[in-house]
Amino acid sequence: MNNEQFNNRNVSENAYYLVDIEDYPTDGWGKFKRVLKRTFRGELFVGLWVVLREMIKFDIHTIQYPQEKMPIGPRYRAVHEMKRLWESGTERCIGCGLCEKICISDCIRMDTKIDENSRKEVSEYSINLGRCIFCGYCAEVCPELAITHGGRYENGSEQREHFVMYEDMLTPIDQLKAGNQLEFDGFGAITPHEDERVKKTPLAY
Amino acid sequence: MSKITINIDGKEVQTQEGEYILNAARANDIFIPAICYLTRCSPTLACRICLVEADGKQVYACNAKAKDGMNITTSTETIEAEKRAIMEVYDVNHPLQCGVCDQSGECELQNYTLEIGVDSQSYAIKDVDRSSKDWGHIHYDAGLCIVCERCVTVCKDMIGDNSLKTVARGADALDEQYKESMPKDAYSMWNKLNKSVIGLTSGGEMLDCTSCGECAAVCPVGALVDTDFMYKSNAWELKQVPATCGHCSAGCQISYDIKHTSIENTEDKIYRVMNEWNYVSLCGAGRYGYDYENKVQAKDEAAFARAVEAFKKADTVEFTSTITNEEAYILQSLKEKLGLKLVNKEAKAFQTFLKDYSQISGTALYGSDLKVVHNSNFVVSVGSALKSDNPNARYALNNSMTVNKGAGIYFHPVSDPVIDGMGKSIMSVNHAPLQEEAVLYLILDLFADKSKLPSSVVDYLASFHKEKTITVEETIKEKVVEIVKEMKVNEETGEEEEVEVEKSKMVPKKVSKEVQIDENTLLALVGADAKFEENLEKNLKKKDAFALMVGPDLYTHPRSGNLARLVALVEKYSDFEVTMIPPLTNSLGVALICELDDEKGSYTVGYNTKADFTLSALGNGECDLDMPAMNQQEGTLTSINKRVNPTNAALAYKGYELNDIANALGMSAANVIDYTAALPTSAGFKSEAFDNLPNHYENDGTEVRGYLLENKEVEVSSDESVEPFLADTLEGAVIYLANPVRQFTEFTNKTTGLDEIAGVYMSEAYLSKSELNGGDSVKIKNDNGELVATVISDNKIAGDIVLLPTFDSKLNSEALFSSYRFATASIQKV
Repeated sequence: MNNEQFNNRNVSENAYYLVDIEDYPTDGWGKFKRVLKRTFRGELFVGLWVVLREMIKFDIHTIQYPQEKMPIGPRYRAVHEMKRLWESGTERCIGCGLCEKICISDCIRMDTKIDENSRKEVSEYSINLGRCIFCGYCAEVCPELAITHGGRYENGSEQREHFVMYEDMLTPIDQLKAGNQLEFDGFGAITPHEDERVKKTPLAY
Repeated sequence: MSKITINIDGKEVQTQEGEYILNAARANDIFIPAICYLTRCSPTLACRICLVEADGKQVYACNAKAKDGMNITTSTETIEAEKRAIMEVYDVNHPLQCGVCDQSGECELQNYTLEIGVDSQSYAIKDVDRSSKDWGHIHYDAGLCIVCERCVTVCKDMIGDNSLKTVARGADALDEQYKESMPKDAYSMWNKLNKSVIGLTSGGEMLDCTSCGECAAVCPVGALVDTDFMYKSNAWELKQVPATCGHCSAGCQISYDIKHTSIENTEDKIYRVMNEWNYVSLCGAGRYGYDYENKVQAKDEAAFARAVEAFKKADTVEFTSTITNEEAYILQSLKEKLGLKLVNKEAKAFQTFLKDYSQISGTALYGSDLKVVHNSNFVVSVGSALKSDNPNARYALNNSMTVNKGAGIYFHPVSDPVIDGMGKSIMSVNHAPLQEEAVLYLILDLFADKSKLPSSVVDYLASFHKEKTITVEETIKEKVVEIVKEMKVNEETGEEEEVEVEKSKMVPKKVSKEVQIDENTLLALVGADAKFEENLEKNLKKKDAFALMVGPDLYTHPRSGNLARLVALVEKYSDFEVTMIPPLTNSLGVALICELDDEKGSYTVGYNTKADFTLSALGNGECDLDMPAMNQQEGTLTSINKRVNPTNAALAYKGYELNDIANALGMSAANVIDYTAALPTSAGFKSEAFDNLPNHYENDGTEVRGYLLENKEVEVSSDESVEPFLADTLEGAVIYLANPVRQFTEFTNKTTGLDEIAGVYMSEAYLSKSELNGGDSVKIKNDNGELVATVISDNKIAGDIVLLPTFDSKLNSEALFSSYRFATASIQKV
């Protein structure tokens, strides 16, 4: 591959040009002239006219938040969600603790124990949203696609520390049955053509 | 052993003649992968990944001994191919469930798979059902097991329980084409691996062992896991606090693994105890008995003021040896300041014993330690119920037998199936209680250099020998000629006819012969069996390193002074190196630091023992002022190895400690560890600040922990006479003051991980002879007192002596004993 375009680090050569700006006045008389020019040129009215024109057109782009909301992109990283398995409806989280480990703002904490079926069970799980920087590492590291980000970005609160618990993040079972659980497209999602890249392990069956 | 130089990958390395290449490399920071090898145990040769090329020949570094001038290459093309194939084989059918595996993050399979760079799999075999099993305190998941046999090795070579073995897996044979296509070592390793999983030697469903948990500690993967730790926490979340175990005198290095209790409770909690299993092996108490901290929520000022008043009023402080050296120093200083008496029975007995011993030996302390026992090949133990008094001493005994092909004699009145299970080369002699003197005389007789021994002793010993004529039956072979009739074919006629043939043959014949032998009547006195001398002769072949361990039975013996002198004579005039087992955690430290008194005064302050005013770390509500437990304290502990080991506080403590009382009484130190440097140098301590004390092991196994006590010379008396032994015995049913394995004190009793119950421990044979059953209540009574206890059937003891434990003060076993650990009593069912 030709690397020339990368090797030329003289960025100003052709891609940049100087904006044509008048020199700033240096003496008193020049400054006085600038004040007069700015005052009587009517630039203020230009702005007012634009507002007036758009108002008369009734083609208003303002979103009436919070009554109206913009759709959020599928890769947007807001408050976390915990997903369930499509087939059985059981929780995907296996309590491996990788999200807790990788979290750079140290806001995830979980308790695990052995359940009555001798399986690892997550007994408590919390994320301190006051500390979370929504970097997406937890979703990326999750081996089960259990923790993901969601589109719920409204997490204002009266105090710095505020927590979201496991039950609140988990897809409600009726929502799952209704097919409303959305897979997350962002960090941690399976990349396209994954199958082609994987080396298959031989099986003796 | 001489120093030699070998060359590993171009690096000149100094090592000992006969050292394994792997150990030589590790000691010099050269990395050779190895999974199945355990330092201090014999090579298993299961993983074969430690392949190296020595002088052009492929050898396994874990069992090839270094020779002078050897040239070793750790990496060649074939070796790399083997390693890669071995790791791929280990990954065959290994579940990809690292997320829910307790070993994840400290898993050697994960580490080596990454290290070798296994990114694809070439081999496959049909898996068989390998379901997980609950073995009691250990959980075994055969699906995760890579059959490196480390657990089997450690149980056999170090612990001596022999509870684990490999059993058949029942898998299909490997595909034949692999034999051609695979690297050779990887194929044979897989072939073996594919035939076995780990099972219980007993064939039962549950582990019946001394429950040390060492198998789970050494497991490189998550196959063997402590049941109480399962799925509680990931390895990487735990913070490790290096410490010294506070349960017995072995002073094992441990690390308390701590983490916040839960999401709601941010206070630290100990999740498990880990050890450097290559260099130190723990017992069940050390491993599972960690949650004995004293949870005190706040400083109780009123109680503290009362405590200070109590100290001012008191004339005696009674305490146990579960305290640090610094606390012992504080008590000694308070004694000097306030004129208190210090009472600690078990440390006093040990102190007196050491004093009596040093009169002949000329040193303040015994000369040897457990490391010497590990490396010796003939070990004798006298006066200690090894497995419960000091588990590490038992490991040392077992280790010397398995790894050094050693032998030993275990003298103890209570017969012990665990010791007998160590193999044929250990001879158990169950002498009668009170006969410890006779035992030491026997050792002198058998092993001491008679030309140097004091003549009075030689004469005394000679009085036990007599000429005896016995009739020996010998079998000799005699030639007998007999005439046999045989059918033969006559060559001329072709018919069969009878022919008489002369045949001679050798026939064994028994002949009686009278021979003069020297009979050692001491043998019969201590109860050695008829074959003792014969076995001893066999066991003594090729033995050159002798070790003697003596235990607490001797210190409390009515004639402990004489015993101490005998022990000194054994050390002085025989090849035996002597180690004494201190009775409790820091008995040695207390014996060195404190001047102890015999009798209590009128008003006593008790530290961890019930008295007029009680300070206690037990937190059981019976004390007047709470103290921090050993896992909440900084300080040093003096171990059996004469080492002053530092221990750190794993958990926070919010109450008052002894130092606060001392400060209120006119001493002045911000922290109790300020006294570490003040420990008496005259007793062998060093003037070293606590923060300078290291606590770790080097790669070559060097123990870099605290410092070793200096064994001070003391004035020797020229009088080396010893008194003849008393032939007293205990008549009737004998009781013995000893704890079950894993229990030492009230502190081990308090932990949730150790579930032994206090009662009277009886052997199965004893129970079947009597009309008693496990669970019955019995009344045990003698002149000293009486108590009612539950009968517990214990298959870890044998014989007729019953054990009364001390770990639960509610039972108050001590009330039945005057001072000696044995006593007689009547046992009746109630």
